[in-house]
Amino acid sequence: MRKRYFMPALLAAMALTCSLAFAQTVKVGVINTYTGPLAAAGDQMQRGIDLYMKLHQKDLPPGISIELIKRDDTGPNPEVAKRLAQELITRDKVQLLTGVIWTPNALAIAPLVTEAKVPFIIMNAGTAIITTKSPYIARVSFTLWQSSYPLGSWAAKNGLKNVYTLVSDYGPGIDAEAAFTKAFTDGGGKIAGSVRMPVTAPDFVPFLQRAKDAKPDAVFCFVPAAKAATAFMKAYDDLGLRAAGIKLIGPGDITTDEELPGMGDVAIGTITMHHYSAAGDRPANKAFVAAYKAAYGAKEEPSFVAADSYDGMAAIFHVVIAQHGNIDPDKTMDLLKGWKYDSPRGPIMIDPETRDIVQNEYLRRVEKVNGQLQNTEIETIPMVKDPWKELNKTK
Amino acid sequence: MTDPVIAALRQSRPRWIETIPWIVGVGGYFVFPDQLPFASQILITILFALSLDLVLGFAGIITLGQAPFYGTGAYAAGIYAIHVSQEPLSGLLVAAASAALVGAATGLIILRTHGLAQLMLTLAFATLLAEAANKASFITGGNDGLQGIAIDPIGGRFAFDMFGRTGYVYCLIVLFFGWLLLRVLLASPFGQSLVGIRENVTRMQAIGAPVAGRLLIAYTIGAALAGVAGGLLTQTTQFVGQSVMSFERSGEIVIILVFGGIGRIYGAFIGAAVYMIAQDQLAKSEPEFWNFWIGLILVLTVLFARGGILGLIDRLRGR
Amino acid sequence: METVLDALVSILFLGLGFAMVLYIVSVGLSLTMGLMGFVNLAHGAFAMAGGYIAVTLMNAYQVPFGLALAAAFVVVGLVSAVLERTLYARLYGVGELEQVLFTIGLIFMAEAILRKAFGPLPLPMHPPAILSGQLNLGFRTVPAYRAFLIVVSFVLILALWLGIDRTNFGARLRAAVDNRRMAEAIGIDTSLLFTMTFALGSGLAALGGGLGADILAIYPGYAVEYLVYFLMVVAVGGLGSIRGPFVAALVLGIGDTACKYLVPEFGAFFVYIVMIGLLIWRPAGLFGRA
Repeated sequence: MRKRYFMPALLAAMALTCSLAFAQTVKVGVINTYTGPLAAAGDQMQRGIDLYMKLHQKDLPPGISIELIKRDDTGPNPEVAKRLAQELITRDKVQLLTGVIWTPNALAIAPLVTEAKVPFIIMNAGTAIITTKSPYIARVSFTLWQSSYPLGSWAAKNGLKNVYTLVSDYGPGIDAEAAFTKAFTDGGGKIAGSVRMPVTAPDFVPFLQRAKDAKPDAVFCFVPAAKAATAFMKAYDDLGLRAAGIKLIGPGDITTDEELPGMGDVAIGTITMHHYSAAGDRPANKAFVAAYKAAYGAKEEPSFVAADSYDGMAAIFHVVIAQHGNIDPDKTMDLLKGWKYDSPRGPIMIDPETRDIVQNEYLRRVEKVNGQLQNTEIETIPMVKDPWKELNKTK
Repeated sequence: MTDPVIAALRQSRPRWIETIPWIVGVGGYFVFPDQLPFASQILITILFALSLDLVLGFAGIITLGQAPFYGTGAYAAGIYAIHVSQEPLSGLLVAAASAALVGAATGLIILRTHGLAQLMLTLAFATLLAEAANKASFITGGNDGLQGIAIDPIGGRFAFDMFGRTGYVYCLIVLFFGWLLLRVLLASPFGQSLVGIRENVTRMQAIGAPVAGRLLIAYTIGAALAGVAGGLLTQTTQFVGQSVMSFERSGEIVIILVFGGIGRIYGAFIGAAVYMIAQDQLAKSEPEFWNFWIGLILVLTVLFARGGILGLIDRLRGR
Repeated sequence: METVLDALVSILFLGLGFAMVLYIVSVGLSLTMGLMGFVNLAHGAFAMAGGYIAVTLMNAYQVPFGLALAAAFVVVGLVSAVLERTLYARLYGVGELEQVLFTIGLIFMAEAILRKAFGPLPLPMHPPAILSGQLNLGFRTVPAYRAFLIVVSFVLILALWLGIDRTNFGARLRAAVDNRRMAEAIGIDTSLLFTMTFALGSGLAALGGGLGADILAIYPGYAVEYLVYFLMVVAVGGLGSIRGPFVAALVLGIGDTACKYLVPEFGAFFVYIVMIGLLIWRPAGLFGRA
């Protein structure tokens, strides 16, 4: 009688072991902006993602693969983003969510990932409060406070007594203005004046003229990267602010590596603070830039958007490999908290308390090297935690 | 002369063909249980397009500023839920009322003009209202959007869930009533007079019809319906983004209605469904070129298929 | 006191430059709409095309500035004439809504194609060296290029006005705008007139796009983003009028700049409020026919 049950039991045991070794596909939903405003940044984000996948595919253990499901939120459309996230979770059954450029989109998705318990790794959106909206959100990119606050401190200590601020009137702009102003005034500086420009302003000249007439030592500026930053630089040139001895400073968004070639020599001397420069002199960065150029063209420069999404994929690979493809939401968040990585930007870490990015901030000056414009890193401020959260600790 | 659509509406019995959208709507709940959030957004867009059909298709007011009413309704519903009450039905009423108010106020100014001036005024108001919503960020959330909206279960029993089931049925029922309202309105003498105004204003004035008043009423009701659609969006997604007020939204809803067929009521249904499904499908393959195809289809529609999809169907049926 | 005067001069100067570009681009639209009764929202696309042609010739092929602008004028003028004959002519007499939709469709297509060809970032525009930098007027310095822009614009406008007032073509144009039936009755070939006017208007827009590349950045979204401004100038100025849009451009251009300078927070509102006011007061435009 025992013999009859022996074979089936053996077969069952074999089947069980086989299924454990079965291929595991981890589905990752990528919500990006492929069309509409800031689609150029969406391009960069996709490139970073694809590059990492290509270079590190082999790092995945055999049998485990990552499937990316891409969706287009078409710009700052939170109801679309929320719906896409909903579909990715309920229909496509993704285990991880990532991407997102626009803050309103990230905020709309937050309650969803809490309810569904899907870890959400933000690759771009930079408004400070985002990570506080759900325990399942971790951010690998940046916050405007992280760059603008240290810049304010630097400005106060380096002979700039009087600064006029000009920012675009939307989330990141307001964050940048608040961060800079706090640090600068705390350091003894004076704000000569401030203005929030409408996001759709075609002409920055009237605003800059007003700033010029206030005769500050420098103007602090934040405008969205892409078209606006180039137009702003042009206006700065046209009005002769540099000739009048008024410096231009701001977070690195105003001189992205992508746009710098198009800005021309007027950009030389601009001081910015940011977490990534394509000219960064680190082995990890040299390798990254070389791989980027090999994949996309020798004339192409990666911007911080590409570097950030590249690192985002590194984080995803980390949690997938550590869990052998069996994604548990809470375990994933634990793995992300305190995760350290040697990124093209330098050493980065995800703060275990806030789940936000902790990274070096670099003071850079635009210089011409070998006939090419670049953001040369001249000073490093190590491992900056998001100042907004530090200042607003409720506990 | 009678508009054939209105003539058809005035028949006492609805034609059997008019039940099709509702059969599809109810069936959809069972056939596509995974896609209800998307389907809800189609329903909301249909209602929005219907509101435009009243204003543009039947009253003949060319407007590039229907989105502000949609947006006003959306924000009103959101602000109401956060500060006053989370009850959904009263929230929709608030949305409708606020949108109607804005509609009436701007309508008083816009309807004094016509042609290009009228178009520009609708544009100007649209931009002003959008910018005002941005500036008033202390109440609208500005650029980040209005968050933290929670909506109570409908009637205390049906809660809004992640799969969008309650939301879908809710939108379907509200759409039904909106459609019913429109149908009754257009079949009435009021509807007749609107068509009269659209076709020949001078003659209508000559026979003493209160042209200005009628147009204002139509414009206001259109605004209210758009406001309800916006309120529905807020309640089902529990979020209000700035894009609800945008110029792009106004332009998009005009395009949707044109695709379906203006002044046909059902053009709104077909246009919204086809546009959104096409966009969803194309977004997955070649998203960057979406605008090109829309542009091309627009050009072709105007050149060859002026009545939109419904017009094409008519032609195929030999009318 | 000195600073107030200073500020006033700044505003006037900057606003004037902006207004000039707006006018040169928009006057063609006024003519088209007044003469042919055609709502061509794609007019901005001609300015955009002109900008792309001029700047690309200068950047990639080192074509001198003046030549590049002339090339833009000619090429866009010719292409628009062809478009008019083949596409637009079929739509005269169709409703306004159809025209609006048709031309919006054209803009979408143009934007998508340009984005694919040139990428989404704006084209860097480097005016020739003699026109760059600052111009020292003695009591203050002003951006040299803007000064150049104002001077050139005045010359262009004068030429245009003289042309319309003194030439045969101009006479026929004015006649047809005033009363098309009558003009046809006395033997004016309105069809040819339409094409020539359309070409002239589009060519001017292209010129405006190239000249104004400094102020209105050349990128694929150009036609959509600045459409409102062009329409405003025409609506407030009056369709079919040459002088009207000039006044409108001055009011809107200088007013916009002034408000952004004096009250930056709400500067953007000004243009729209003024337009609403003006349109209520004069729905046909300042110089238009009711």
